[in-house]
Amino acid sequence: MQTAVFFAIAAIAVASALGLIVRRNPIHGALFLVVNLGSVAAIYLMLNAQFLAAAQVIIYAGAIMVLFVFAIMVLIPGKEETGPDPLRPFRLVAIPFGAFLLVEILLMLVVRPAPPREPPGAEGGAEAIGRLLFTDYLFPFELTSVLLLAALVGVLALAKRKA
Amino acid sequence: MESLALLMVFGFAAAVAGALLYIPSLIAPRRETPIKLEPFECGKDPVALPEGRFAIKFATTAIFFIIVDIELMFLWPWAVLYRTLGWFGFAEMLVFLGILMLGFLYIWRKGGLEWD
Amino acid sequence: MDFPAVSLRAILPAIVILTTAALVLLLDLLPPRERKGHLAVVSLAGVVAALLATTWLWGGESRAFRGMVVLDGYALFLDLVICYAAGLVVLLSMDYLRERGLESGEYYALVLLATVGMMLMASAGDLIVVFLSLELMSLSLYVLAGYFRARLASGEAAMKYFLLGAFATSFFLYGIALVYGSTGTTNLDRIAASASRDSLMMVGVALLLVGFGFKISAVPFHMWAPDVYVGAPTSVTALIATGSKAAAFAALIRVLVTSLRSTQPDWTVLLWGLAAATMTVGNVVAIAQSNLKRMLAYSSVAHVGYMLIGLVAGGVFGTGAVLFYLLVYTFTTAGAFGVVLLLEHAGGEGVSLADYAGRARRHPILALVLSLFLLSLIGIPPFGGFVGKFYLFGAAVRSGYIGLAVIGALNTAVASYYYLRLIVYMYMREPEGVEAVSTPSFAGGLALAVALVGIVVLGVVPTPFIDLAQAAVTPLLR
Repeated sequence: MQTAVFFAIAAIAVASALGLIVRRNPIHGALFLVVNLGSVAAIYLMLNAQFLAAAQVIIYAGAIMVLFVFAIMVLIPGKEETGPDPLRPFRLVAIPFGAFLLVEILLMLVVRPAPPREPPGAEGGAEAIGRLLFTDYLFPFELTSVLLLAALVGVLALAKRKA
Repeated sequence: MESLALLMVFGFAAAVAGALLYIPSLIAPRRETPIKLEPFECGKDPVALPEGRFAIKFATTAIFFIIVDIELMFLWPWAVLYRTLGWFGFAEMLVFLGILMLGFLYIWRKGGLEWD
Repeated sequence: MDFPAVSLRAILPAIVILTTAALVLLLDLLPPRERKGHLAVVSLAGVVAALLATTWLWGGESRAFRGMVVLDGYALFLDLVICYAAGLVVLLSMDYLRERGLESGEYYALVLLATVGMMLMASAGDLIVVFLSLELMSLSLYVLAGYFRARLASGEAAMKYFLLGAFATSFFLYGIALVYGSTGTTNLDRIAASASRDSLMMVGVALLLVGFGFKISAVPFHMWAPDVYVGAPTSVTALIATGSKAAAFAALIRVLVTSLRSTQPDWTVLLWGLAAATMTVGNVVAIAQSNLKRMLAYSSVAHVGYMLIGLVAGGVFGTGAVLFYLLVYTFTTAGAFGVVLLLEHAGGEGVSLADYAGRARRHPILALVLSLFLLSLIGIPPFGGFVGKFYLFGAAVRSGYIGLAVIGALNTAVASYYYLRLIVYMYMREPEGVEAVSTPSFAGGLALAVALVGIVVLGVVPTPFIDLAQAAVTPLLR
């Protein structure tokens, strides 16, 4: 059952990733990316990482994608700007990189290295995260708010300041 | 199995939404006028979509939204554990939100949320 | 539930700066709307208060927030360096921004928030905290680099810095993930205790080095530095060149020397290569530069190479020499950029080598001060630069890295060419074209005076400061 569900979700993830690359219309690509992010969230859920899955949906598929779509809408090229891609020859670089990744995956299948150390506490629900956030990770948690403050002030400085 | 319940909620929501869309098309009266049949999109002219570009102002708002969205992700585990965390958690969350509210106050008073 | 003790004492300097940043933001909302000079004074007061807090904490040693934060002599020494960098930058910014009509609360708030990030990088006890404070610093600096919105070069600088910085951050984060996978923890002490040396760890260490290499702008990760240094407002360039580099070195040294001790033979080899490449490329490319900010950018790349020598040499002498050099480098580089800033025209011109022809005649004092900073950068006694290089190369020889010391010495000879060329231009060439008269700035003069006193004191009586630096690294090496 678990395996079947995993393969179904993985197939959706791979198919949507392919769609993202193949589609010429950038908006369609963005929609494929939403599907991809959603299916990865489903995989997180299967790994018992509920908080991560929710974060993936709320922040990535929700907020970041909004920005993606805005960026596409702002930068969507008019007719006059679409010429032949000057960087087209660089696509050939993809072949050695892709080959390298393929070799890496095959190597993993053959060698089967020792799995990484089991992380302490495999619970991934909001409650477990909350417990860690307010005990061991209290300082990083509060530091995050300072980081977000810098982001807010930074947006204002770049986008809204006069001159 | 928690996820099953979640799946049922999703299914129920989909069914309700689908019903709300489908049932009116069966029973609602149809009186079509040219204006009613025009495509509608809030905030911009729908016909000009493929050529036109969005105002960059949307992007600033979107970035503010992301920042608040990330903040929200931290509120969730706190809300779930609110009783266990007690006053300590409350105070820490006040610090967290206080720092962010300072930023919010700043962008608000500086006109960062104005459209122009 | 078992809550951690909230001991703000351990991060007092950072808290002081953070409070000042909040105060600046609040004061910015109040009148007067036009003049913002008082915000600079508040920022400066905050930096001085943090400096006092650092000296008050001196000698203390503790861990706080479940090992997330470490208060020790090492963190305090770097807090001192970072405070000086931030203070000099605030002083230099005052008139620079006012003349261009660009004073704002955002600027000072972001400088202070970047400083908070730098300080926490120096006292981080966990890779998560290193990452978050690195991001706090970087995010503020990305925005500050693009602060002159009307200038294309400033926007280009921000864009390049941000894109390449985000790329480097992802390497860094991936490195953290692999180290966590290998050891099961992100705490620096526990990573050290696990003494892992498997392949996962090796790849993780390499990725961490890529991330840090970008922040300290070591070759081959230095590509962003020249463009960002040229495009950013010169006051921000000074902060990127001094404070952010000191902070990145602070975190790099703590991570390498304490938690990655088990892989020391491996990263020493990597750093050897990085050090040699960084010195050589930085100095050789600097010769070809006609823009002064770009030349100083490559020179700062070269100085990173010198500092990496100390890290390769290791031990109390090598690592202590790096810390001492960071202190000297901060004063010297902030001072050199300060002179460039004071002589820069309002539109950003007047920073090419040709513009400096005959400057000594028009600005005798500034030309003299710049010459002194340049002599310190070469490493000529009686300035701090000489002592710093002496200790770095000495540590390399002592640890048996004679080849590296020779490369360093040869590079110093190469470097003296382009530094001396600038001095020759200022004193022995006829001035070309007309020159806008730059107004004397009290705050700028004060900054230069502080920096000048710094390099002279460090050059004439270095021993107490060397002792401080060596005492600061001793707890790391235990």
